[in-house]
Amino acid sequence: MDNNTVIELKNIYFSYAGVLVLEDVDMVIKEKDFMSIIGPNGGGKTTLLKIILGLLEPDKGTVRVFGNPPKKVRKCLGYLPQHITFDFDFPISVQEVVLMGRLGKRSIGKKYTKSDMGICMEALESVGMLAYKNNDFGKLSGGQRQRVFIARALSTEPKILLLDEPVSSVDTQWQQTFYELLHGLNKKITIVLVTHDISVVSTYVDKIACVNKKLYYHGSKKEGMHKVSEMYECPVQLITHAPSRDSDGAKDK
Amino acid sequence: MIELLHYEFMRNALCAAILVSIACGIVGAFIVIKKIVFISGGITHAAFGGIGLGYLLNINPVLTAIPFSLLSALAIGILNKKTHISEDSAIGILWSVGMALGVLFISLSPGYAPDLFGYLFGSILTVPLVDIIIMFILDLIIITTVSLLYKELHALSFDEEFSMIVGVPTQTLYLILLCLVALSIIVLIRVVGVILIIALLTIPATIAKQFTTKLRKLIALSTLIAVVLTIIGLWLSYVFNLPSGATIVLLLTFMLITSIGIRKFLIPRTK
Repeated sequence: MDNNTVIELKNIYFSYAGVLVLEDVDMVIKEKDFMSIIGPNGGGKTTLLKIILGLLEPDKGTVRVFGNPPKKVRKCLGYLPQHITFDFDFPISVQEVVLMGRLGKRSIGKKYTKSDMGICMEALESVGMLAYKNNDFGKLSGGQRQRVFIARALSTEPKILLLDEPVSSVDTQWQQTFYELLHGLNKKITIVLVTHDISVVSTYVDKIACVNKKLYYHGSKKEGMHKVSEMYECPVQLITHAPSRDSDGAKDK
Repeated sequence: MIELLHYEFMRNALCAAILVSIACGIVGAFIVIKKIVFISGGITHAAFGGIGLGYLLNINPVLTAIPFSLLSALAIGILNKKTHISEDSAIGILWSVGMALGVLFISLSPGYAPDLFGYLFGSILTVPLVDIIIMFILDLIIITTVSLLYKELHALSFDEEFSMIVGVPTQTLYLILLCLVALSIIVLIRVVGVILIIALLTIPATIAKQFTTKLRKLIALSTLIAVVLTIIGLWLSYVFNLPSGATIVLLLTFMLITSIGIRKFLIPRTK
């Protein structure tokens, strides 16, 4: 492993209740990469992120994040899950949600410090939600909640940011701002983004990984775009409108 | 009502009401927001095995119920993580196994079990001083643990996966939460009894949850509601010679319905 490799996956196999989801996946992500993981629904993108985070253990293969098993270095990772189920009545404010990002930095029995608060306020500012800091989290709109979760991921001050369809419910105007924000962050940190939005991939991302059970392509996006069409078995432009659910046929090629 | 305090049993009952309210205010708030009501019900009924063991060994049943409820809390938590048995099934199994053990132990113990009915349905007027002391110690443990782990428990209840990623030992913390539930059950067992405990763990917090969106306030308000209503329930059961556990539970239910009405018609929704 060379020095600027931050994530390394080696022949990863993973199955849910006997159904193979990932097969022999090898992947290397380098420092300050801005990589997008693309692929059809059920192709294993989220599973791959969860394996990197150590939330799921692969059946076979090794995962190294900064040369360590993910569980050891989890605190350096910022994560935005695709779906978060919670009770709308849950008693928590926007600020308290974002402060969760600082939880690992403060040991048991210790209060959050002023600097934690400062980091969280900055994170809220960067997603344009500072004015809502004292609001009840459950009373925000879906898009606003997603922005708060992005702020929470940022408040962990991660070295790698893993985002699972981060802008699926925020408005297009804010999406632009968000990708600019990521672009800025990318000067310092590595970003891995799961997305269906091919226009984002073409504008901001510098590397892509195409996953549909197997890893079809992994590298710079220029050479990769035609592979994307091959994997989805349809022209890329169609993907954003009608992602193909069943593209198993691709694996026979 | 003041002259009633001249009686020792009445002073004990009042202390019991306050100690019970502290446990159900704090732990009940977490039970309601983490949605572990059914688990708590399972641990409660499993604790009955401990009560039976107390009769068999001729020790204070409250003491034997402590390890029993703690072990069943851990068993539910661990069975779910380490085996393919779903949490739902594990709860149901422990629920009835605990009850079965209790019945078996009691039938094996010599003689007649005089105050068994009290452990099943509660009897606040007959709580002895030694049980008050046990309840006080358990309350102290609950208060200390929750104040040390407050931010972690709050985060765990909201989003377990994220808490795990930022480095919170979520599995251990969850087991600790279940143990707190187990201890609070012991605090409550004398007053409302195995069968009615779950009402006291959920109703005050459910009433309070309608009026606040802050966890600290939820805990404080649940405790306050529990104190007021158990004392009124205690008084009603004394004056009208009613079973205390059932009286308190029905009073709580009445207030829950009233509070829903107040919330709906008197306080305008902000959104």
